[in-house]
Amino acid sequence: MAHLSRLSRRALLRTLAASSAVAVVGRTIAATPDASPLTRPIPSSGEALPAVGLGSWITFNVGNDDVARDSCAEVMRNFFDVGGRLIDSSPMYGSSQEVIGYGLGKLNKPARLFAADKVWISPGSRGPAQIEQSRRHWDVPRFDLLQVHNLLSWQEHLPTLLAMKAADRLRYVGITTSEGRRHGEVEKIMRSQPIDFIQVSYNVVDRDVEARILPLARDRGIGVIINRPVREGALLKRIASRPLPPWAGEIGATSWAQLIIKFIVSHPAVTCVIPATTRVDHVRENVYSARGPLPDEAMRARIVAHVEKL
Amino acid sequence: MSEWWTYTLSDFLLFSPRTYYRLFELYNAAIWPAQIAAVVAGLAILALLCRPGPWQGRVAAAILAACWLWVAWAYLFKRYATINWAASYEAAAFALEALLLVAVGAIGGRLTFGAKYSPARSVGIGLFVFALVVQPLVGPLTGRAWSEVELFGIAPDPTIVATLGLPLAADRVRWELLIIPLLWCVISGATLWAMEAPDAWIMPSAAVIAVGAAMWKVRAL
Repeated sequence: MAHLSRLSRRALLRTLAASSAVAVVGRTIAATPDASPLTRPIPSSGEALPAVGLGSWITFNVGNDDVARDSCAEVMRNFFDVGGRLIDSSPMYGSSQEVIGYGLGKLNKPARLFAADKVWISPGSRGPAQIEQSRRHWDVPRFDLLQVHNLLSWQEHLPTLLAMKAADRLRYVGITTSEGRRHGEVEKIMRSQPIDFIQVSYNVVDRDVEARILPLARDRGIGVIINRPVREGALLKRIASRPLPPWAGEIGATSWAQLIIKFIVSHPAVTCVIPATTRVDHVRENVYSARGPLPDEAMRARIVAHVEKL
Repeated sequence: MSEWWTYTLSDFLLFSPRTYYRLFELYNAAIWPAQIAAVVAGLAILALLCRPGPWQGRVAAAILAACWLWVAWAYLFKRYATINWAASYEAAAFALEALLLVAVGAIGGRLTFGAKYSPARSVGIGLFVFALVVQPLVGPLTGRAWSEVELFGIAPDPTIVATLGLPLAADRVRWELLIIPLLWCVISGATLWAMEAPDAWIMPSAAVIAVGAAMWKVRAL
């Protein structure tokens, strides 16, 4: 990873402050001048990536239900229309990969797609076959990012993924964990392996990664994808009945979901957050959340203090 | 799995309640009018339970085995497996239970029903009637659509509860027939609990009642 860009904190903060324009592909984007989403550079390449992606855990696992598949495709259409790029899935997510493939086919394979998937199998020797199966489900020529899911057999999978990257059959390599598990091992891999991304859980109430993982990611030039931003909806459920604090308006947040997403993407180490949803209005709101002003350190502390009191 | 204590039931739930129940709706629509045959099969087994005769145990076991095979193939393997990768293994377990019913009951003739009253026999018949008549009503009565109804012989849960009743109603408890149904009670109860379903208590309760009645019966013999 000799070419890996070691972006300074100042450079990252500068990037945060400016919502860079993204190459516009979708016709709706072209017709909507203010629709460019906030982007973040992928540390290892500098490639701009919209700060809000789309997760598929549970929400896209709808089996062969044609109505639900069309509904998921509509969510994807709106995601791309408002400037989204990264869609994340896993072989563990039931039919989600096939549903994404169905949606991509229906949308004529949007060129802006950033396809992020995972390998989740043991022993590691079965990894290549699973990756190929996943690729067929998505019906894409190659993945942009492949991650070792929950660190399962990472010692065997990482060499496979790095070899795929070297052979130009993959653009980025990563690892994932969730809900604060195995952070010690994540750190060890971050320090020893030439990975491009980590995926971890982070939100207003789950902030373990702030202590070591996120600073280490910045130091090592590793991109950070954030999963479970609202604890699969449980966090929103817990606070939804409480009024949004009036000062949320100072950063343009008009809902709890917006406030939480703004909190997450305002951390300088975060590259992309991947909320999952079944609703078109929510996917648009999620992407829009990262536009406009983001909370500074004082506002971030205020958000934490307020939510913890609820 | 390290840090296993940090996992909760919801961490293992791969789908939403909406998707889970919609599966039953689509399944019911696709197999209609098989539901009528399932109800007739259930009533036939009930009649065999209540009217002792030399062949009733073999016939009841054969009909029930057919129901298990149907659920294994048509529901678990063909449909549930599309949203839950573990369902393929569950379908294999259901097929194994069908084989056990054939081996122990239909061929082996070790599932016999006498006319003699016993509390365990009443509990067994009660569980069977509950599975056939009451359990399908629970979903609609707790707010789910009638089109999502789960019937004996068609859906796993009522088929399981009915099967728990059969060995209790028999002259001797056949524990080998209870293992897979009891395991399913745990799996289904956990799934419904994770989905915060109001009827999540039914399957674990049926398991507790069945085990309690079976142990009482074994001691009484």
